Amino acid sequence: MKLFFRYFLMELKSAMEYKLSFLLVALGQFIVSFSAFLGAVFLLQRFTSIKGYSMEMIMLCTASILLQYTLAECLGRGFDNFPSLVKSGKFDRILLRPQNTMLQVMGSRFEFTRIGRLLQAVILMAAGLNSANVVWSIGKIMTLIFMMIGGICLFIGIFIITASFCFFTIEGLEIFNVFTNGAVEFGKYPIAVFGKRILQFCTYIIPYALIQYYPLLYLMGKSNQTLLIWVPLLACLFLLPAVLIWQFGVKHYKSCGS
Amino acid sequence: MKQYIAFFRIRFINFLQYKTAAWAAVGTQFIWGMLELIVYSVFYDEGIGIFPMDFQALVDYIWLKQAFLSFFALWVLDSDILESIRDGSVAYELCRPIKLYEMWFSKCSASRLSKCSLRFIPILLAAMLIPGRFRMSLPADLQLFCLFIVSMAAALLIISACCMLIYAITFYLLAPNGITLVISSLADFLSGAVIPLMFFPEPLRRIAELLPFASMQDLPLRIYGGELAYMEAVHVILLQLFWVIVLIALGKWLLKQVLKRVVVQGG
Repeated sequence: MKLFFRYFLMELKSAMEYKLSFLLVALGQFIVSFSAFLGAVFLLQRFTSIKGYSMEMIMLCTASILLQYTLAECLGRGFDNFPSLVKSGKFDRILLRPQNTMLQVMGSRFEFTRIGRLLQAVILMAAGLNSANVVWSIGKIMTLIFMMIGGICLFIGIFIITASFCFFTIEGLEIFNVFTNGAVEFGKYPIAVFGKRILQFCTYIIPYALIQYYPLLYLMGKSNQTLLIWVPLLACLFLLPAVLIWQFGVKHYKSCGS
Repeated sequence: MKQYIAFFRIRFINFLQYKTAAWAAVGTQFIWGMLELIVYSVFYDEGIGIFPMDFQALVDYIWLKQAFLSFFALWVLDSDILESIRDGSVAYELCRPIKLYEMWFSKCSASRLSKCSLRFIPILLAAMLIPGRFRMSLPADLQLFCLFIVSMAAALLIISACCMLIYAITFYLLAPNGITLVISSLADFLSGAVIPLMFFPEPLRRIAELLPFASMQDLPLRIYGGELAYMEAVHVILLQLFWVIVLIALGKWLLKQVLKRVVVQGG
């Protein structure tokens, strides 16, 4: 843990060396996600609601997925860079060191430019919660915290699986974008909107619904089942197969660099 | 002229090599298009509000947008060119007896055309074969289809000219990722990549349609679905030609200013 913190500080210092570039990237990130949200707002203005879900629900869905994804990305961006580590053979160096391989890859990069998006997610979340007139209770605060924990674990799990595939394919695979960027793009809407099949997929296979749709139902008072408070924590289980796939990948790793 | 065509060909053939990347992109784009269509179909099923586009025209629009993503994507820039500006090897290019603008322009348009030529056929084929209401329709009218092709060609020129502007700005900043992201995300929104411009609220839509970004993507795609009548399509193409001339002139001027005082980095 201490080592992880050291990696973190090191990266922060190096990012601060390029201030203008840093600010522009942060601004760009903000525009990307804001324009996506604006698109949904324009559509809703025209059609007033989607399957009975109102503007507040959309705001909360957008904000929660965005927040979870951005936090996960800040921590786990090292995995995104992973194909180049494998391709250049630098992963060999990591294997030689007496430390956990996952920790080292994770620490290889932190993205601070995501602050633009983080800010937006927090503002949206506050605005959404405010206009939805949530009646606060300890259960609801817990739901919110669990949603964040579950979401971060889920997305980091996806990052790990994506990276693990590089052990076999060397190249990064674009198809995994569907599960990361796609989740942010389409997670603006409650997952139930996409129909029963996709909802089932997002509950049992890749549990997006556990960190977005179900807990938000409870948060907004549409459901009174207290079980829903604990549901987001189930998403953490997703890390388990992710770590197994990673370990399987490391075992089968053949160096290809020089 | 001959040497620029050669540059174009080299780039074009070069990118045809990446077959696996192309298949991965085909899969991604197809799933993305399906999800997008599901969202719209839910909106349309509810039936509240006014629909600015016919559902079938919207289906065509979305599939074309996905199929030609690598053609439209402004954020995908030539990393060789950006790297050569940063590390100073652009100096070699300047020594050659060719014009920098024309060379980069032909490279830029070739890589776009080549990347999308691998991708668009499988996506459109799948989109035309799937059953149900997400199926893409064949072009209704031959004349309009010809105008669509002309308009897409004009869009390619506008996109390449815009990339050239980004390269010229990179000479000042050296770190390209910030400025690229800001420009491309704005362009994305205003070109109809997020939602079609028809869904924008009224005054905003009119302004956006006149900007060069709409000419890059939104307007040509609308010609295909028959949303624009024959005369309107001709107007669109005239507007596109206007932007081609303005953007190329601006890019050439800017690059000339930059090269006058270029400081080569690195050694």
